[in-house]
Amino acid sequence: MKNRTKLLLLLSALIIAVILGISKGSVSIPFVELFQRQNSAILQLRLSRIVVGILVGAGLGISGVIFQALLRNPLAEPYVLGVSSGAGLGAVIGMLFGASGIPIQICAFLGAVLSIALVYTLAREGSKIPIQSLTLLGVTVAVLFSGIIVFLVSISSNESMYGIMWWLLGSLAVFNLNAMIFVAFAVIIGSVTAYFYSRELNAISLGEEEAVHLGIEVETTKKILFVLSSLITASIVCVAGIIPFVGLIIPHMVRLLVGPNHAILIPASAIVGAMFLILCDIISRSAVPPLEIPIGIITSLIGGAIFIVLMRQTRKVK
Amino acid sequence: MPVLRIEKLSGGYGASDVIHDVSFDVEKKDFLGIIGPNGSGKSTLLRLISRILSPAQGSIALQEKDIHRIRLKDLFKEIAFVPQNTIIHFPYTVWEIVLMGRIPHLNRFRSETRKDFEIAERSLALTDSLVLKDKRIDELSAGERQRVLISKALAQEPQVILLDEPTSHLDIGHQIEILSLLRKLNRESGLTVLAVLHDLNLAGEYCNRLILIDKGKIIRQGLPAEVLTYQTIEEVYKTVVVVKENPFSHKPYIILIPK
Repeated sequence: MKNRTKLLLLLSALIIAVILGISKGSVSIPFVELFQRQNSAILQLRLSRIVVGILVGAGLGISGVIFQALLRNPLAEPYVLGVSSGAGLGAVIGMLFGASGIPIQICAFLGAVLSIALVYTLAREGSKIPIQSLTLLGVTVAVLFSGIIVFLVSISSNESMYGIMWWLLGSLAVFNLNAMIFVAFAVIIGSVTAYFYSRELNAISLGEEEAVHLGIEVETTKKILFVLSSLITASIVCVAGIIPFVGLIIPHMVRLLVGPNHAILIPASAIVGAMFLILCDIISRSAVPPLEIPIGIITSLIGGAIFIVLMRQTRKVK
Repeated sequence: MPVLRIEKLSGGYGASDVIHDVSFDVEKKDFLGIIGPNGSGKSTLLRLISRILSPAQGSIALQEKDIHRIRLKDLFKEIAFVPQNTIIHFPYTVWEIVLMGRIPHLNRFRSETRKDFEIAERSLALTDSLVLKDKRIDELSAGERQRVLISKALAQEPQVILLDEPTSHLDIGHQIEILSLLRKLNRESGLTVLAVLHDLNLAGEYCNRLILIDKGKIIRQGLPAEVLTYQTIEEVYKTVVVVKENPFSHKPYIILIPK
């Protein structure tokens, strides 16, 4: 099957997921009636969740692809450099100083960016960023920050601090338009740039020296792509919390579908990531109404199950 | 005019130099072998020439132009590198791998044209690997994989091909296959070959010139028969050998004497 055909098929699947996402929810309303005036609030709510789902899913998918290629590590994911715990720590510190609402998201974003900067600075040797040090330091900083978060939450007398735990589990319920525009901006700019770097990513995924031997300025490319994918992740974390597993398994699933060539892997991962998140959100909203299960739990359960099945299937084919 | 001129080159990793004051020329259509004991600096020398490492002193010139003054992309239109370690983590197809050889010739915003596909196809044909085109790189044998990586290097349309122990993980059948392939490319397409080789007999058999290095310095260079003498080998490798003549190719043949 040609790549373009595959992308078109995936895109149609995404459209079906969007329609499902609009029609399913904790209240069941026939699809046509959704567009009547008295239901416009519900429609708007569902649409906004779908838009956030698309942005977050696509962003995490692409950012996972980039990290796995740059670190040449199949276990790499968008949070591998400590972005998530940095964001969490930023939010907790913000709350300690009495922030609430949007300022917390700003604190989270700053925390994420600062933690990435810290990891880079620690890992840097001259003008080079060795990937082994980067991975190890990322994991270490993440554990360190998580420890500090739990410590701060446990000693705080502020009840609302427990809310941070829920926030960290992730949700697509974003009511702030400005935050959404910000994420959209980061994800779109990041994705388009990553797509134009797909040849470099292919070469670097073979090995850094291999890439130099194809005339690629590896260190510069790495810096650009690390910064881009970290910014995508940071902006996603600060509006939607930590949604685990998407950035890890979507690239693997999509590689099984379309192969490892980044020119198709990047757009396909964006589409599948978006679709996956919309479907998980439908389950999170409608499984036990009127409660909402944190979407991070759904992505872990469903993503894990799908992935194990896919892995076993491909092994059989071999 | 030599294709590559290495002059008074010193360099290595960080502060400590591995290569000391090395000078030699690579002439057009040379099949030049670099030999030497483990840790003598063979691979380091190759990595200095391919710009992975920067020289501490001295210079490397490609057609009289310092390689550090050439844009990286332009440099790798002229030279190509075949690595020793060929583990590839992602399941690319052979075709995708060979097309990557076109990267130095491509612009970010332009996709491959028919010309690029033709060159990639021809490169696969040159190594008799066209049948492997749609296979996945992780499904190939070590010898097939090496042929594919040579095809990728050829797709760069280089003047010089650098190889770091291209036969080190191969059995004798594949060793002969790869080196004969390189000789064919060298003779028929005028490709200049600079290879680090481990096996002295294979080096003597296939190279028209040899450079023997030890502890980062050139001990001897010249024709295989001039370099591969029992005195030199005993001195550098600290082992007793007898050098005879291969009755078929009339090249030097080294016989090991167990202790």
